[in-house]
Amino acid sequence: MDQIEQRPAPAPVSDPAASAAIDVAHLVKVYKATRAVDDVSFRIARGSITGLLGGNGAGKTTTIAMIMGLVLPTSGRIHVLGFPMPEQSAEVLGRMNFESPYVDMPMRLTVRQNLTIFGRLYAVSNLADRIDQLASDLDLRDFIDRANGKLSAGQKTRVALAKALINEPDLLLLDEPTASLDPDTADWVRQHLENYRRSHNATILLASHNMLEVERLCDRVIIMKRGKIEDDDSPDRIMARYNRDTLEDVFLDVARGRTREGAT
Amino acid sequence: MSDIAVHRGLSLNRINAMVLRYWYLLLSSWPRLLELVYWPALQIITWGFLQNYISQTSGFFAQAGGTLIGAVILWDILFRGQLGFSISFLEEMWARNLGNLMMSPLKPIEFLISLMIMSVIRLTIGVVPMTLLAFFFFGFNFYAIGLPLIAFFCNLIFTSWSVGIFASGLVLRNGLGAESIVWTMMFALMPLACIYYPVSVLPPWLQIIAWMLPPTYVFEGMRALLIDHVFRTELMVDALVINAVLLVASFSIFLAFLRSAKRNGSLLSSGE
Repeated sequence: MDQIEQRPAPAPVSDPAASAAIDVAHLVKVYKATRAVDDVSFRIARGSITGLLGGNGAGKTTTIAMIMGLVLPTSGRIHVLGFPMPEQSAEVLGRMNFESPYVDMPMRLTVRQNLTIFGRLYAVSNLADRIDQLASDLDLRDFIDRANGKLSAGQKTRVALAKALINEPDLLLLDEPTASLDPDTADWVRQHLENYRRSHNATILLASHNMLEVERLCDRVIIMKRGKIEDDDSPDRIMARYNRDTLEDVFLDVARGRTREGAT
Repeated sequence: MSDIAVHRGLSLNRINAMVLRYWYLLLSSWPRLLELVYWPALQIITWGFLQNYISQTSGFFAQAGGTLIGAVILWDILFRGQLGFSISFLEEMWARNLGNLMMSPLKPIEFLISLMIMSVIRLTIGVVPMTLLAFFFFGFNFYAIGLPLIAFFCNLIFTSWSVGIFASGLVLRNGLGAESIVWTMMFALMPLACIYYPVSVLPPWLQIIAWMLPPTYVFEGMRALLIDHVFRTELMVDALVINAVLLVASFSIFLAFLRSAKRNGSLLSSGE
């Protein structure tokens, strides 16, 4: 009954959907009368870091949840690492991971117990070594045998990040990865994510309200508003287009309905 | 937790991981462990003394010694089996951990199997002391039922899993606002399963419904064994067939609820 987890053979590179880490086409999600995501299409290259920006209700979380398979789209199609979702999600779930404020790690279990369980779920080999490595990389050693519920918000965020990295994912989906962290720790986490992307050629899609974080980390920014993509480019080009020095100013322009021309 | 390819590549490692998760949880809290023993113990002591009393005043109960205590223990297997299943599921809702599991390679069938294993573990912790109390206080040796006990146990635990899977699906679909269903659903079966009285006391039209429930066969079988000293195999076989149908149906309904939860986005907000 038990089987060895095997990574699928790479899909043909000639297929554009297969060569992208994430390929989303004409994605729509309707909740009763609300069109939460409205005909969204984008393709994210493997090994890149992409930021998903937008105000509350812009559709970022729903978009990420559909990519993760937690929400089924009303229409449109999603390919993750070359496989259609959710039809072949079993092929890719072991190669991706995520961190989100919408979920918690079990509070009564210690950090080590939680990481052990998720490591086993993801069939991580040499799990004890992997946990030691994460404890060292993310500075968890001082509280690795403490119950998750007794940790500070910053410590919990680091533990959640450790869980997200436990299987060394090819694709990492992050929702507000540095929320609740002090500036020093947040900067350190960002550095860790950059290093991880470089060392593993991993793809990272992150939703964030921290514009400095997006500017520093992301090769590309997708700005969403009312379920639609408002803009999609590198941070530098977007700032140039809006004639702004920071992404925060661009964000305010978009949120307040100022056009690119109006912003100049 | 992919609901696609349900039947492909079951992983013992993932099932073990989930059982380990609930085992850690159980050991992390002594009130949780105590609670498993507390209610069954109270139950058996109360009903045991009642049986003692009425057997002194009723010739029937004096003759059919142990039917009441036996029924109480078997009912607890049914009820606690379902609670053991559903509470482990609720732990994921309370901990807001379902999203982590849904996004992992864990398959729904593996998740449900781990909940079944935990229901047996929790049941063992609660019911074994109960049977020992029945023996030491009231001289009723539950294990003297012998091999038929295996048939009784299997049929009751299968029903408890079916109800547990269905109730968990409802909570998955509707959030913790539907939690009370988990605690009360089994009681809906109580009058129809004929735990403390024979099926023949029900009106004929209600008997038809009662015979649709596997526990009815078990309690009838228990009475036949303790009163008439006859093991009615055909009752156990019929119960097993109905249980098989119920398990398949409840699993299909669970998957339908899971798909519905994904459609309406309720997995993102698994609160009330």
